[in-house]
Amino acid sequence: MKPSTRRMAARGEREGSPWTGLGAVLTKEMADHLTGVRMLILELLVLLTAVGTLYTALQTIRPGSNNEFLYLRLFTTAQEPLPAFVFFLAILVPLIAIALSFDSINGEFNRRTLSRILAQPVYRDALLMGKFLGGLFTLTMVFSAIWLLIFGVGILRLGVPPTTEETGRALWFLLGTIFYGGIWMALALLFSTVFRSPATAALASIAVWAFFIFFWNIVVGVVAPLLGPQQITTLEQLVAAGQLQMILTRISPITLYADIATIMLQPTERFLGFVLPVQLDRAIQAPLPLAQSLLVIWPQLTGLIAATILLFALTYVLFQRQEIRA
Amino acid sequence: MNDLVLETKGLTKRYGDFTAVDHLDLSVRRGEVFGLLGPNGAGKTTTILMLLGLTEPSEGKVNVLGFDPARQPLSLKKRVGYMPDQVGFYDDLTARENLFYIAKLNGIPRDQIKRRVEEAIERVRLTDVIDKRVGAFSRGMRQRLGLADVLIKNPQLIIMDEPTQGLDPELAHEFLSLIHSLKEEGTTILLSSHLLHQVQAICDRVGLFSRGRMVLQGTVPELARKVLGGAYRIQIETEGSAAKFRKALEGLRDVNAVTVNDGRIILEAQKDIRADAAEAVVRAGGRLRGLSVESQSLDDIYTRYFEEAKHETVN
Repeated sequence: MKPSTRRMAARGEREGSPWTGLGAVLTKEMADHLTGVRMLILELLVLLTAVGTLYTALQTIRPGSNNEFLYLRLFTTAQEPLPAFVFFLAILVPLIAIALSFDSINGEFNRRTLSRILAQPVYRDALLMGKFLGGLFTLTMVFSAIWLLIFGVGILRLGVPPTTEETGRALWFLLGTIFYGGIWMALALLFSTVFRSPATAALASIAVWAFFIFFWNIVVGVVAPLLGPQQITTLEQLVAAGQLQMILTRISPITLYADIATIMLQPTERFLGFVLPVQLDRAIQAPLPLAQSLLVIWPQLTGLIAATILLFALTYVLFQRQEIRA
Repeated sequence: MNDLVLETKGLTKRYGDFTAVDHLDLSVRRGEVFGLLGPNGAGKTTTILMLLGLTEPSEGKVNVLGFDPARQPLSLKKRVGYMPDQVGFYDDLTARENLFYIAKLNGIPRDQIKRRVEEAIERVRLTDVIDKRVGAFSRGMRQRLGLADVLIKNPQLIIMDEPTQGLDPELAHEFLSLIHSLKEEGTTILLSSHLLHQVQAICDRVGLFSRGRMVLQGTVPELARKVLGGAYRIQIETEGSAAKFRKALEGLRDVNAVTVNDGRIILEAQKDIRADAAEAVVRAGGRLRGLSVESQSLDDIYTRYFEEAKHETVN
């Protein structure tokens, strides 16, 4: 025993770095994801929507047509019957993230590998972190590839190179997309720690997803008026009610992601949420510079990241206390 | 450094009102094979988990190879191999890939991993299936792979939970001989089991568990003397009724008890008094058909001990 470990033990501290073995777990997780059939299916799904929406978008966008930000419009242009690619992303990213991690902890438990892994010289921290980062990096790889694909096809078809401004906006949107995936991944990881059965964990995650996609706006529509004053008489009350509704809808990560997409991909959008016509009266109809757009969605972006970290922290606490008996 | 590889003092684990392990004092010496025996639910697995730091003790002290499992788990787990009961692997990976992962988690240098993995696999004689997916492995192969998984870190102490459970007798025997060869190389082994006759063959010392307590501890003959009184059980088979020789046998020296069972006489004695017993039967006019001495089996000790314990609680 090294003297340093003995001293630490005497102080009641845990020896060594909590991240010992993180690299090994991370590599294994990514290898599993990238070679797995599950991932293949998901990649095909995303690729299919990307190609489909890109094709329809390119039908409407022509180079030289007076528009700026052609490349960003590849993400946002919709033509019947297909919605825009961003719409698909808002729906599919959670599903992919959930599919990657709903069985990460309980799967190990059911395979009876968990106790064998934890009997190796690594902390639980490394295992959990490795699983989370493995999923997140996989998401990053997949979406980066899709982004490059969109830009590549764009260059071929549009014939003009993307501007720095466009590239910057697309990259920030990519970051937003990854953390939008991160929050759902952290949620699925949490459920995979809480529930022993992977099927239950997957269902619970999907239930939360469905709740936010389909019902949250209805819930806000019902709850917001109840919280505010009974009758709105003044302008201040109207503004307050509107803002309350705004705050409530923003509990949903989908709203946060939609905000990020709107501001980043449509540079002419300068406001989010509740705005009075009076406020728009003197507004200039010109695109915002990237830095200004970033300022507008900064709270949304940090909100997504913070929620991801919070969910992960909760999972961490639960996992540390869990009895491993397999 | 002292001779103890593993020591617990007053180790206790409570789940609510239920006490799974109750003030356990356990010590295992360097190089010995120690068997934790007891019925299911006696607290064997909980004890093992506490030794490895996978479960926090409610009370008491644990020292494994000079480390405290709660505070120095990394140093401890680097040197201690643990084989859980029903060891699990990643079924879609090959045996080699499964062990590679474990080797990496143990921080074995990259240039040594390949050699160490192959050596461990060869040790358990799985070399010809090293690149087969573990999903296709039989129970016996998995168990052997589990041992290879432990051997990869060259452990000083190996802890096995029910290593022979679910193996057919032949496989179990093979597995036990593997354990035996490890012991000969100087590895200390702690194993838990409820299959007593198997454990008896390879354990230097055993500890009997009951309801979270270690009720008996020692070598098998020591336990036999403590529980059964005599260390020898002699079986005598005679022609005709056995009952009439009872008196003659009871008169012999060193006899503790004589019981007649289905025409057989069972003599419990402090020494091997077969010759005297035969003589006594013949003198009493009997014709001897069979005479044998049973070595003390753990099964007997176990059954007898728990019978007595039950009687005591009833009285």
